[in-house]
Amino acid sequence: MIPEIFQTVPIEHFVYLSAVLFVIGVVGVLTRSNAIVIFMSVELMLNSVNLLLVSFSSYHQDPAGQIFVFFIMAVAAAEVAVGLAIITMIYRNTHSVDINDMSRMKN
Amino acid sequence: MLTSAFYFIAFVTIFFAIMVVASKNPIHSVLYLVLTFFCISANYIFMLDATFVGMVNIIVYAGAIMVLFLYVLMMMNLNSIAEQKRSVLFKVSAAISGGMLLVVLVAALKEANLQIQHEVIATDQRIGSIKVLGYVLYSKYQMPFEIASILFLIAMIGAVVLGKKDAGSKTIGLEPVQ
Repeated sequence: MIPEIFQTVPIEHFVYLSAVLFVIGVVGVLTRSNAIVIFMSVELMLNSVNLLLVSFSSYHQDPAGQIFVFFIMAVAAAEVAVGLAIITMIYRNTHSVDINDMSRMKN
Repeated sequence: MLTSAFYFIAFVTIFFAIMVVASKNPIHSVLYLVLTFFCISANYIFMLDATFVGMVNIIVYAGAIMVLFLYVLMMMNLNSIAEQKRSVLFKVSAAISGGMLLVVLVAALKEANLQIQHEVIATDQRIGSIKVLGYVLYSKYQMPFEIASILFLIAMIGAVVLGKKDAGSKTIGLEPVQ
């Protein structure tokens, strides 16, 4: 049975909500210079895509979309573990997590 | 009732997401991100009838991943180090490019026909229930499920190898290796 929310709220509004969340994540990646905040913006973008997958999954009554969400969560958890280890290592060596300090390969 | 609840939750989600990007203190960013995830989970559970995904979202994202972020932030004690300022021109151009991306996305989606094209087979079972999801996960998607476990093993080994102190260093904890 299709959830009753779709009788009053069209699917487009869910799509617009996740588009707005994705764009906020993109702007966060572009504007901030703290590596951890950039990482959190990437998590926000992943979650907006999850929202889109779940809303289409329950609109079309197909469980495959929600299975994809589980795999995205698994990949995100692995990514966070490795990424935070890298950031911790950078902090240990340079005492900073600012991405402007990480552009030393240019010189 | 459900309609106004959806728009309220959507507004609150966007507000918290903007606060994640806008707040100066990274700890506040983490806490706002946890609130954003709670709002998205509320969407899953109450609006979209995807109870299990909502619960897993709270446990994995708001519970595990965000605690990891908070732990790393508190270990680093970043409050003593001020974030380097980006120039105003850079921030304005980033906001403009983000806004242009939003315009392009919305314009492309306005043309798309998202309505159901075919007849949805009506079942009594709820799609978001553990029974349906577990059956699909362990039959059709069994192979990706097993590969995900290998991914976790590799990620665990990678995190341990990266986080390990260098063998030659004599410093303790997060002191710089000279």
